[in-house]
This record gives sequence, C-alpha cells and structure tokens, in this order.
Amino acid sequence: MWWRRGSAVTDVLVIGAGPAGLAAALAARQAGAGVVLLDASDQTGGQYWRHPPGDPGADEELRGSLTADPGCEIVTSAQVWAVGRREGAPPSVHVLVGPADGDGRSARVLNPRALVLATGAHERTLPFPGWDLPGVVTAGAAQAMAKGERVAVGRRVLIAGAGPFLLPVASSLLRLGVQVAGVVEAGGWARLARGWSQRPRELLSVRGKAAELAGYAWELARHSVPYRTGSAVVAAHGTDRVTAVTVARLDQDWKPQPGTERWVAVDAVCVSHGFVPRTELGLASGCAAGPDGALVVDEAQRTTVPGVYAAGEVTGIGGADLALAEGAVAGRCAAGAAATSAQLLQRAVHRRFAARLEAAHGIRPGWTAWVTDDTTVCRCEEVTAGELRGVLADTGTRGLRSLKLTSRAGLGACQGRMCGRSVEDLMRQAVPGGPLDPGRTEARPIAVPVRLGEISTEGIP
Amino acid sequence: MMGAPLTVTVDGEPVPGVAGQTIAGLLLARGRLAWRETGRTGRPRGLFCGIGVCFDCLVVVNGLRDVRACQRRAVDGDVVETGISGD
Repeated sequence: MWWRRGSAVTDVLVIGAGPAGLAAALAARQAGAGVVLLDASDQTGGQYWRHPPGDPGADEELRGSLTADPGCEIVTSAQVWAVGRREGAPPSVHVLVGPADGDGRSARVLNPRALVLATGAHERTLPFPGWDLPGVVTAGAAQAMAKGERVAVGRRVLIAGAGPFLLPVASSLLRLGVQVAGVVEAGGWARLARGWSQRPRELLSVRGKAAELAGYAWELARHSVPYRTGSAVVAAHGTDRVTAVTVARLDQDWKPQPGTERWVAVDAVCVSHGFVPRTELGLASGCAAGPDGALVVDEAQRTTVPGVYAAGEVTGIGGADLALAEGAVAGRCAAGAAATSAQLLQRAVHRRFAARLEAAHGIRPGWTAWVTDDTTVCRCEEVTAGELRGVLADTGTRGLRSLKLTSRAGLGACQGRMCGRSVEDLMRQAVPGGPLDPGRTEARPIAVPVRLGEISTEGIP
Repeated sequence: MMGAPLTVTVDGEPVPGVAGQTIAGLLLARGRLAWRETGRTGRPRGLFCGIGVCFDCLVVVNGLRDVRACQRRAVDGDVVETGISGD
C-alpha cells in the first residue's frame, strides 16, 4: 500500500519516517495537528529500524499508533524531488508516489502550514585505492541487506572505518553465519579513551546505549573477532572483485604509518567513516547550515526559514535516541505547542552523547595520505585524485563549483553525495585558504534524479 | 519472515527469489557482486551504498533504464537486464 488518505488539511508535513520523523508525527498529532508523513522507502522505520517486509519491525509501536489514527496520513514510496520557496511560509513540496525509479508515479504537491525535515543521513566512505571494486560496500549496505533481506554481502568479511556503527554491522553479519575477519577502527585507543571516559557520570543517563555497545563487544569476543584500533583499510585488491585488503596502522591524524601494512584475504569489505546529513531539501528551502554541514536549528528545532523545522541526523549526527528526542520537540513545536521540559532534558542528554562520538571517532585530515593519484574519488564520473590534484595545481581554483565543472567530479548520478566532502577535503589541503564556497557540494535544487516524462506535465518549481 | 517464492528473468535466465527481496538482494543472494559497467573505463560495479544514494547498482527493469537495484523490490515475472553502461 503506497498511501492512505486521512485528514484533508495538512497542518504539519513530516518528510522522513525514521526515528525523528515518526516521533515528530506522533508529537504533532498529540498536540492536535493534522499530519502527513512521507517516506521514500516502501516501509517506515528509516535506515535504523529497517526490517524485512511482513515483519513487524522495531518501529511497530510508534507506527501502529499513527496508522490507526485518521488524523495522520502515511505515504510510503513517496519521493520528494523538489521544493518551491514561498515568501514567509514553508515551501511547497513536490512528491512522486510509486515504485522506486518508476516512470508512472503519481505527482502530488503539498503546501503545509509547517514542515518538519527528518531526512536523516547517509554514510561517508573515504576513498582508498580499490574502493570501487565489487565487494567493497558501505557498512550501511551490509546492514541493509542483513537486516532488510537476511542476505550476507560475503562469506569472509572485514569491517572498517570509524564509529560505533561498525559494531552492530559486525553483529548482524555474525548472526547470518558470516566469518568476520576483523573490525578495524581508525580512532586510536588514546582518543577513544579520552572521548568515552570524560564526564563518566553523563554515561549513566545513556546507560541503555552503553549496554547495547557492551553487548556487541561481548559478541565480538565470543566469536573471537579481532577489534583493532588506530588502523584502517588503506587499499583493496583484486581485478574484477575484491580478494584482499591492506590494513595499516594510523597516527593520531589518520596518516598511515609506513611498514605497518598487513594483507588480509576477504571476499567483501564493509567501510564506513561516518555520516553526512541529508540536507538538500533544507538547503533548497533556504535553511542555513552550520560549519559541519548540518541544518542550524534553535531550541524549538526551528530552522532559519519560517515554519520549517528539522530533527534527527539532518541537524547533526547523534544517533537514534537523539533523533527521537529532537523529533518529539520538532513535532510539538511545529503543531504550535511548546516542548515539555522532559522532552528538552532528553534532548540535552543525547546531544552530549553525540559530542562524545565526534570527539572519539570524527574524521582526521591525514586520511588523504592513503589516496594515491590513481585512486578514484568521484565514482560516477570516474575522476581520480591525480586528476583533481592536477586541476587544483593548474588552475589554483578555490571554487568548488568551478572544480566540479573542470574535473567533472560530482557531476554524476549521485549528485556528489559520495565524493562531495572528500573533494572539499582535497581542495582544503591543496589550495591555501581552502574552498571559497564550503558546503557547495551539498546543494541540489533537484533533490534526486527524476525522469523528464514524470515532471513534464507539472514543470520544475 | 520473507515472502513467497518468485522468479525473475536476469539477462534471459530465470532466477529464483522471494517476495520482499530487492533486485540487488536477489542478485547478491546468488553470489553476484557486479552487474553494471562504468561509462568511462568499463569497470564492473554492483552494490555499494545499499540505501539508494550512490546510483552504482543501476539495472534495466522491464525495459526501463536506470533503476536502482537496491531500492526496487523484485516482482514475479520482472525482466531484468544487467551490464548496461552508465552513460
């Protein structure tokens, strides 16, 4: 079922039905507003609560109360592809409803009184030689296939990158009977210990999460899976698929230490170095972003555009608990009510946890040292680091837009989602002063590729 | 719980799957990692991001080009073509 019609008037439109969006929809309903909740997937729950179709899923409780509510219309398989700005009001929202990438989807335009952006994040994978070989996938891809379809990406798999997300991915693969050759974390022990041990009393208030992480650590130990810190996959090897990777030790800035390389035979490797907020709809609406690229919000989760709120990873990477807390505040405020003090306290607790994550696992600049000149950076247009470095050296440009047009990096189908931040980092290191237009690679007026036939009757807003 | 058995045709060959699988999941479950060639250098690609953002896993479904295999659920009788170059 793609959509279900409920209220006639859209008081509050929520885009994204992961933890933040579901919490926002519920809070807005409880405050008396009519709600429409959209998601591009054919099920609710987002990436975090992904589950096989037909299974109830971990979002059952939240979703259940919304699906039973005639004041909430849930529309799945709903791809928002553009927004049209309106003076002093939230933008109009242009949606195509139907199977992914279909050519006969039905168009719909919504003009909400308040808009909540809960669009989440996608993974950031740093390029390394061979990362474009089949069998090299993001940790999120391995997790999506494991949790959503019970399919394993390989038989002997290494998991690498940075952050606690690597642990549940290892757990999911172990449960499918996969041999996990190791979990490789770029953050060194000293930094992890500093990030995780400061202000230990704060951890008491997020003990559910601490217990979850301890559970994963126990599972790794039980299966004798090595957990290696201060190390990274610096190359993948193979001709038409990955057959091995090189793991090297890193210094504290993530620069590989020569002579520490080890060869590990695998048939798949899952890599994740962090997450990028999916801000394109916010940026197209005119919302301001901060230096970290996330949408700027105030105490009520309001963005800088009247009537537009944001919650969850799109306001900064912080995990599902923070997304739930922010969603509850955003939904209530978008409905015209004030957030409760309990909601604000929840949010504050989980924000401090998010700061801890960044301190322990945030990307360090030394990673570019493992990027050889023949390493592909832009996967779509197959632009190498050498080509990018050449253009930067020849032109001395500090404009990301100009670099894109000259090199073609970021011009492909993914619209710079995979390479944008890496291109920005390479420019930052190659050109004194760095980019004049930081964040430029994340502006996408057309939010996703659409077929001309589907929008020709409606036109571009 | 996954759904009922189904069959899709991949490059002319019948391939079994179950309802609820995406086309990427169906190919991956058969041990297949790559099903597209890049436009510039003809390199093999398949699943990468798994959540619909990288556009590496494109296939042709029932004659329609540029369908993300990781986002499209397999439907019994679908005709899937692989190996199509990106541009």
